[in-house]
Amino acid sequence: MSIKPELDFEMDNGNFSFPENYAFDAGYGLNEGVVNYICDVKGDPDWVREFRLKALEIFRKKPNPTHWASKDLENIHFDKIRYYLAKGQQAKRNWEDVPDDVKRTFERLGIPEKERKFLAGVEAQFDSEAAYSNMKDALSDQGVIFVGSKEGLDKYPEIFRPWFGKVIPTADNKYSALNSAVFSGGSFIYVPKGVKVKHPLQAYFRINAENFGQFERTLIIADEGAELTYMEGCTAPKFETATLHSAVVELVALKGAKLQYITVQNWSANVFNLVTKRALAMEEAEVKWIDCNIGSRLTMKYPGVILKGRKARGEVISIALANNGQHQDTGAKMIHAADETTSNIVSKSISIGKGRSSYRGLVHIPRHLKGCKNNTECDALLINSDSRTDTYPAITVRGESNSVQHEASVSKVSAEQIFYMQQRGLSEGQAMSLSVNGFVNDLVNQFPMEYSVELKRLIDLEMEGSVG
Amino acid sequence: MNSLEIKNLHANIEGREILKGLNLSLKKGQVHAIMGPNGSGKSTLAKVMAGHPSYEVTAGEVLLDGQNIMELEPDVRARLGLFLAFQYPSEIPGVTIANFIRAALQARLPEGEEIDAVDYYQKLYAKMDLLDMNRAFTARSVNDGFSGGEKKRCEILQMSMLEPSYAVLDETDSGLDIDALRIVSEGVNRMRGPGIGMLVITHYQRLLDHIVPDVVHVMADGQIIRSGGKELALELEERGYDWLLKQESVPAVS
Repeated sequence: MSIKPELDFEMDNGNFSFPENYAFDAGYGLNEGVVNYICDVKGDPDWVREFRLKALEIFRKKPNPTHWASKDLENIHFDKIRYYLAKGQQAKRNWEDVPDDVKRTFERLGIPEKERKFLAGVEAQFDSEAAYSNMKDALSDQGVIFVGSKEGLDKYPEIFRPWFGKVIPTADNKYSALNSAVFSGGSFIYVPKGVKVKHPLQAYFRINAENFGQFERTLIIADEGAELTYMEGCTAPKFETATLHSAVVELVALKGAKLQYITVQNWSANVFNLVTKRALAMEEAEVKWIDCNIGSRLTMKYPGVILKGRKARGEVISIALANNGQHQDTGAKMIHAADETTSNIVSKSISIGKGRSSYRGLVHIPRHLKGCKNNTECDALLINSDSRTDTYPAITVRGESNSVQHEASVSKVSAEQIFYMQQRGLSEGQAMSLSVNGFVNDLVNQFPMEYSVELKRLIDLEMEGSVG
Repeated sequence: MNSLEIKNLHANIEGREILKGLNLSLKKGQVHAIMGPNGSGKSTLAKVMAGHPSYEVTAGEVLLDGQNIMELEPDVRARLGLFLAFQYPSEIPGVTIANFIRAALQARLPEGEEIDAVDYYQKLYAKMDLLDMNRAFTARSVNDGFSGGEKKRCEILQMSMLEPSYAVLDETDSGLDIDALRIVSEGVNRMRGPGIGMLVITHYQRLLDHIVPDVVHVMADGQIIRSGGKELALELEERGYDWLLKQESVPAVS
């Protein structure tokens, strides 16, 4: 058995901010003027301006999904949010050149240290724009592209444009439309044919300003036989008022490619986190989403894979932890669109205090397909007697040669188990933490080591104060 | 001092009195056995001493080296040196034995001090070898899917790693085949010494063939009704509990 070295992160953690100092501020509220302002500041080409304005129209027309979603969505005041805040500087390739307050922010979050230790490249976004972006030379020599979305659409339109907005159409939902209208930041990655990127690339998304909406847009393309692991982390300080994070992430895995996308988010408790993530997996490609949702006021996120090519494989591993006043509405979508495609969904949620976690899953296998398989497991752990969990699986599997397996369980941390651990000398809080870490352990073991350490710490922090 | 004193202990569960003024004195270095028929309150005594939240202590005290522990949280009692080997140990899915024992040892260290991992594993493996446990066991989740014998061995392993000053072994022989009984008993016997007092709770005499007690107490209806040497256990084995219950005019419990 190996012993995991502890990294010296300061995890408690994201709750600090520096005074605002922005050269560009689109002001409060959303209209054509704001969208045009963003286009002007960013110097968008005409097709992007048209794309944004059309998206704004769709956003206005589309209602919130109130028939099934949390009513809390109605408490988002779109006119009280700032949609673009930037210092007007290019992303730096060297931490020395990053403005001091921004650099200190990321240093406190341990990003430069992680970059030195185990990452092949980092992009660090501060509010609307990336402050730092760098990748190891060896990768660029192999033709790997890792830049911000803006640089992607400017410099590599021949790769960017054919896929942009194709996996997730603007009109997919109200928040994908919102993102399409005001998107800024996020990553663009292209891994050429056959290139296997050994070490992960990482993006870190940081909200620093109050009443701000972060709308990053990420597009990752793994060409035939390419392999990549991408990780994202997110934090924001604890503001008085609600903050909105609404990203769109599109992944494309061409024939035989392998893509792994890992998220560890630790939003403060007033962030609305409404993110659309979807992948397209072509023949024999594999896409795996690993999604850890800690914090936020309301998270709605259902990473999906469209299994478009024969023998494509999709996987979603998700961990959600809902503390008092939080609702984690998470799950997965698997759309089988070719023969012999397989998908696997494993979801574990923990509800603490009055926290609520919901699993919402969609698995679709049409009648004409052959040899498709889905496995879905969702397990919920309740810590307190007023904690809540719900499961909403929607599985349509037609056709005789297709199979689906669904298992769900709800368990409660038992008083006997806590007593047993206390009898060994662990405090009630330590016992709870250990129990929760044990519950998610089989999933955490699939993470890169550094992230499993970080996740364990985040869980320990969340469990503090959950007893008594 | 240097003893575990139970004085006039009364305890209820859901309003029903189980312990009815129990007295017992265990010195460090000694092994006492508590025998008694089912329902006499033996396991309740073990749980009440350890601080199980379902029981209400209505009178009396338990002094650990002179300190009354009845008002303390279970984990504080444990860190003061009280260990309970459970009759039905809980499963802790996803938490390996190695990590669990390590966390328990870590909890005994002052803040800022860390367990030395190399020393820890050396010690753990040595103790496991003595208990005839495969080293692959360290990577298994605590009690998860264990057989009865594996669970009991795991309890003794924890006891030998945590080195308590007083240990209560609650029906440690139940669910053990004869080989496992021997291994577990040897594990317990190895720990005997001047630094530890043990209270061995059992329904049957057979465990006491392996772990020979200094004193045998017979418990019935929430009290100790007779104490004696190890020959008392043999007499009980021969004549049955009813013989004593009648003598002491205790109402028989089924």
